[in-house]
Amino acid sequence: MSGSTYYVPEQSKWPILASVALGLLAYGAAMTITSMTADRDSIGPWILGSGFLVLFYVIFGWFKDQIREEAEGLHSEQLDRSYRQGMLWFIFSEVMFFAAFFGALFYVRTFSVPWIGGEGAKGVTNMLWEGFSATWPLLQTPDMKQFPGADAVIDPWHLPLVNTALLITSSVTITFAHHALKEQKRQALEAWLAATIVLAVVFLYFQAVEYHEAYTELGLTLNSGIYGATFFMLTGFHGFHVMLGTTMIFVMLMRCFDGAFSPEKHFAFEAVAWYWHFVDVVWVGLFIFVYIL
Amino acid sequence: MATVDVDLPHVKDEDPHHHGPAKGLGRWLYTTNHKDIGSMYLIFSLCMFMIGGTMALIIRAELFQPGLQLVEPNFFNQMTTMHGLIMVFGAVMPAFVGLANWMIPMQVGAPDMALPRMNNWSFWILPFAFLILLSSLFMPGGAPNFGWTFYAPLSTTYAPESVTFFIFGVHIMGASSIMGAINIIATILNMRAPGMTLLKMPLFVWTWLITAFLLIAVMPVLAGVVTMMLMDIHFGTSFFNAAGGGDPVLFQHVFWFFGHPEVYIMILPAFGIISEIIPTFARKRLFGYASMVYAVASIALLSFVVWAHHMFTVGMPLVGEVFFMFATMLIAVPTGVKVFNWVATMFRGSLTFETPMLFALAFVVLFTIGGFSGLMLAIAPADFQYHDTYFVVAHFHYVLVPGAIFSIMAATYYWLPKWTGHQLNETMGKIHFWLSFVGVNITFFPMHFVGLAGMPRRIPDYALQFADFNSMASVGAFIFGFSQLVFIYNVIQNVRVGEKATAQVWEGAQGLEWTLPSPAPYHTFSTPPEVK
Repeated sequence: MSGSTYYVPEQSKWPILASVALGLLAYGAAMTITSMTADRDSIGPWILGSGFLVLFYVIFGWFKDQIREEAEGLHSEQLDRSYRQGMLWFIFSEVMFFAAFFGALFYVRTFSVPWIGGEGAKGVTNMLWEGFSATWPLLQTPDMKQFPGADAVIDPWHLPLVNTALLITSSVTITFAHHALKEQKRQALEAWLAATIVLAVVFLYFQAVEYHEAYTELGLTLNSGIYGATFFMLTGFHGFHVMLGTTMIFVMLMRCFDGAFSPEKHFAFEAVAWYWHFVDVVWVGLFIFVYIL
Repeated sequence: MATVDVDLPHVKDEDPHHHGPAKGLGRWLYTTNHKDIGSMYLIFSLCMFMIGGTMALIIRAELFQPGLQLVEPNFFNQMTTMHGLIMVFGAVMPAFVGLANWMIPMQVGAPDMALPRMNNWSFWILPFAFLILLSSLFMPGGAPNFGWTFYAPLSTTYAPESVTFFIFGVHIMGASSIMGAINIIATILNMRAPGMTLLKMPLFVWTWLITAFLLIAVMPVLAGVVTMMLMDIHFGTSFFNAAGGGDPVLFQHVFWFFGHPEVYIMILPAFGIISEIIPTFARKRLFGYASMVYAVASIALLSFVVWAHHMFTVGMPLVGEVFFMFATMLIAVPTGVKVFNWVATMFRGSLTFETPMLFALAFVVLFTIGGFSGLMLAIAPADFQYHDTYFVVAHFHYVLVPGAIFSIMAATYYWLPKWTGHQLNETMGKIHFWLSFVGVNITFFPMHFVGLAGMPRRIPDYALQFADFNSMASVGAFIFGFSQLVFIYNVIQNVRVGEKATAQVWEGAQGLEWTLPSPAPYHTFSTPPEVK
């Protein structure tokens, strides 16, 4: 490698615009939510909206530049390795984000809920709500007025089981798509990608049905105590990641129609596939620890 | 660091891919250059250091005498909170990232960071994040006033409205940190010059590799915990409310799972800097290079299993207290290895005492004091007496001010001639050092005594028997604070004028960065240098 020259990307307006977007989004979101809780009007939604506009402009522009530069052959092998490492570490950071919520779930189940129920080393806390006994899922909260517990929780062996099957299948179909790409079978590639999107969309639809049922029939809400809190935050952030992943796969499909990707060079596709497998693995964790156990 | 022989690289700027700096403001807004971005990080950090420092002086002015003189208690709380947040996230962390930006590509023989555009993005998020945070001072109800550790329910049920702005500010500065860390790891793992094996890397590079790993592992957890706060405040969840089955202590667990690695994020790069400077001015190779690397790695790994030593008094089962106590004390072993190696490096060396070396020596001595008081705090039964007193304040200021901050100043003095091409003004440097050294100790040493005597932290007023030591600390704080103007003057003068610096700058300096001319060219290495 000695003697080869390094490639340094030239200046770009996208990063600073992306920072502007994040600034607007953060400020706008904070203002919107604060005024919503205080029940007053504010210009927060406008700031938030403009943040989204700038963000979308950046996403389109930055990726366009990226694709153009790649097509011009500017990207060295070394840069490709940096992208791969970057994506892997990004996924690791996502794992740690979910770990915080899984950690919270394990902590309340193993320690704090039994303690308030009078069991274990700190069972003395039961004096706060005498008569409260710990169960999991926690349907009877210590203070039912402030946090009315749920009537029941989601049955894991109906929709969640179907959803598990859907997502695992989608991980398989995207791998088929990848193999088709490497073997230059463009039609198979597009078909498998489309199948992955269909599976993902059906998953999201079932998730929506499940949320609807939770809110309208089971009384399982964000407000129904720690079970509802952990349930909705974990499945909600996962669902958000599925939405993002689905959008990414959709973009990959559009680029395939455009004739992008060669059997040798298709890092964007691989990054999306890695991300999708990550989303899938998180779901398996959710299915086991949130729904079944 | 192992001796590095280098074929002098073809340092030139004529390569067609390479562009000189753009003109005007665009250079700074659009730049992909690691030196430009490093400078921006450092300047940003200096601004935050002055703002955070001003808040510290407001705190010390109020505490000069018992009773309430200058500020309202609520504003005092905002000052302690904002001072902590700004110093941690705005001053210390960006300064280390700025140093990483400047030095890592030069030290591993790379042209730039691995992902130069993302590098620009990581930096430019910060001004927006801190604008949001600082704007909360002018909001109804005032800025966050719940301490930099923002424990629930102070930060949820009883928080001012601005807490939501704080939460989203933390979100985007976390994104900035994660991207910065990813960039640093990719640069170190992927951009090293041929022949630069992992165990030939300078220790500053090693410590940053491990720090970056810590950042990627724990910044998302911080994002998670502020998200839980957001949901508790606005969307009816009960993560930190026992009435719904949650637990306020859960907040502390998740926060400190982030927070303890975070304190090592603020000290490991300092270890790296000191391990660069001491060999240079002792004119000896670093003693025990490999053991230094392993020590840093063990400190980092242990940092994930000691978090609850911040919470001994919160009501944990006994087995937890014992586990976290012993795990914490274990950290003293690799830290002791490091201090031993620094001292052994100096042993029978040809020592000279230029400004960077003075700061490095002060670091070794004063950081060790902070380490020892940390060991005292780690003893769970004793911690019940120390918890939330000024003893804790003394402890963490000893590791952060003459620790992290002194190392940043040492690094600035050490590498400044390489950046600007001008020799340092040693007289000014030494004046700055001695004023800072004396000021820091007058400020923070008496805090040990008032802490042990029972003065609680984060209060605007205190009992009369603490008056003398407090007025002493306040005098020290003003000496330390204003002596930083000498530092700023010295740096600005160095950028503008000064004797021309040689490539090696310091007689005993070793490593790739010293093979480059001073000032280093805009693009460092256009072709990879050969390291033997």
